[in-house]
Amino acid sequence: MHGVDSRALQARAYLAQRHRWRLGEALPWALAIAAFFAFPNSVFVGTQVLILVLFALSLDLILGYAGIVTLGHAAFFGIGAYAAGGLSAHLGWNEPLSGLLFAGVCAGVIGVVSGAILLRYHGLALIMLTLAMGIMLQEAGNAWDSFTGGYDGLYGIKPAPLLGRFENDLYGYHYYWYALIVLLLMFLLSRRVVHSPFGASLLGIRENPARMPAIGCAVLWRKIVVYTLSAFMAGLAGGLFAQSNAYVTLEVFSFARSGTVLIVLILGGTGRLYGAFLGGAIYYLLEHNLAKLSPEFWQFGVGLVLLGVVSLRHNGLLGLQEHLLQRIRRRT
Amino acid sequence: MLHALTSILFDGLAYAMMLFVISVGLSITMGLMGFINLAHGVFAMAGGYVTVLLMYDAGVPFFVSLSVAFVSVAAASVLAERLIYARFYDSSELDQVLMSIALVFMAIATCTYLFGPDPLPMQLPPYLKGQVELGFRSFPTYRFFLICVGFVMIALLVLVFDKTLIGARIRAAVDNRAMAQSVGIDVRRLFTLTFAVGSGFAALGGGLAIDIVGLQPTFAIQYLVQFLIVVAVGGLGSIRGAFAAALIIGIVENAGKYLWPEGGGFFIYAITVVLLLLRPEGLYGKG
Repeated sequence: MHGVDSRALQARAYLAQRHRWRLGEALPWALAIAAFFAFPNSVFVGTQVLILVLFALSLDLILGYAGIVTLGHAAFFGIGAYAAGGLSAHLGWNEPLSGLLFAGVCAGVIGVVSGAILLRYHGLALIMLTLAMGIMLQEAGNAWDSFTGGYDGLYGIKPAPLLGRFENDLYGYHYYWYALIVLLLMFLLSRRVVHSPFGASLLGIRENPARMPAIGCAVLWRKIVVYTLSAFMAGLAGGLFAQSNAYVTLEVFSFARSGTVLIVLILGGTGRLYGAFLGGAIYYLLEHNLAKLSPEFWQFGVGLVLLGVVSLRHNGLLGLQEHLLQRIRRRT
Repeated sequence: MLHALTSILFDGLAYAMMLFVISVGLSITMGLMGFINLAHGVFAMAGGYVTVLLMYDAGVPFFVSLSVAFVSVAAASVLAERLIYARFYDSSELDQVLMSIALVFMAIATCTYLFGPDPLPMQLPPYLKGQVELGFRSFPTYRFFLICVGFVMIALLVLVFDKTLIGARIRAAVDNRAMAQSVGIDVRRLFTLTFAVGSGFAALGGGLAIDIVGLQPTFAIQYLVQFLIVVAVGGLGSIRGAFAAALIIGIVENAGKYLWPEGGGFFIYAITVVLLLLRPEGLYGKG
């Protein structure tokens, strides 16, 4: 009996130690706040970067922790965007916070249903199923253009002031804070989840999907739970996108968007939550500077950087940084 | 009504042949190495550009241009396989997906830079233009020609696969790579060979496809999903599977677009999802 107790204590200490806050974790948030004051003319773009980070964070939960490879994550972003957009444009419900929650819940519901079906598959079949699912939604949206506005887009999204006070002003100042607070809340939730025993079991599923059922872990059920959470967060990102742009087109469902969020996460590094932040910032800086030269440079540059990151095999830039730090420590 | 039905079937068949010629190589290479290659469309696009440039800038006849496209892209693909792909054989499927997406991006950017973003024009030789009379009605000559090419190719490929030693080796390696290696089959070399021939076929298909779907730098990604669907739905490493899947996708795509232009694109994805849910290994896949 005594042995079991001490092992349980050890496990608890391990989880608590992983969950402890480190000083460096304040850095991205400090930078996000500093960026608001340093670049007052780019606040709207900054909001879009925060939305991209939230979207990438949602992908990290399923890809980085549970090892689920998807090429159709934009499906949930798109559902969130059209849920928040449609609620305002078609039904006249303009209160933004409840609209955002509605976006997340809609995406989450689709997440449960599609996850319960898709997550039984793996490998090429899963990749193709997620890919086809995303494009199917895009095509369905095109056919149902009375609701979606087709490729011309859905106009007439008029979010009311936040909390009845803060309007979506011309520079998007209020929406920057709105997006940052939503991102912070979702980050805290994600951090809590991945550091819990449930999160540890996800890592087990990622590392060895055959052994986990052998030790009595319900793999499918856990995958569905994390998939739903991820879909909910992607839906929030889509909802924020619709509200901040006051405009949605079918592009939200596109393969390009699913590919972009994957690249963002891979650049930063998977399975460490902060990869989404670093990847989102770097992707934006690359896009901003290379696309100015020419769109081809930008596309070629993204391809080259991606090929480089994958070739290095250190799991993105954060993984590379960790690797280099370890080497320096070993030498000293 | 009959006219519409025969048009759907005929155009669908021509489209299916194009899909088959481009995708069959991908199916075999993915079956051999389990490598998820999203960059296969790049080889088809390269074939298209070689064909168009030879015909316009050098006045080379259509069939000679297609042959040059086949040979040059096959040779280039060996380089790509040895220098880039070989480094990722033992990588995770995610890394393979990412690495091949990176190649697609770089290829699209390069082609846009060199040839501009707009579709290049294609002028068929006179004997492939116009209509051909088939007894009960006439059909476009070029599509009829495509269908003939497709049937000749499937016949040849099935013959090589079922009756020759090299075909037997490929089948053995697709079935069980480790076992094939242990009886002395050099799977690495077999793979390089099929990769080259498969890329050559993709280039040929790319050249043949220009008249049907056009040629612009986004070709490599626009039709990628359909090539992948053919491979996944057909089952990895199966020629018959790729053919059956190409027929289904080609005809459903044309029927959908013909009967319901706004929403017709929906059906091939819906049917893909249904088929993969029922048979995740594909129609002719092992497992």
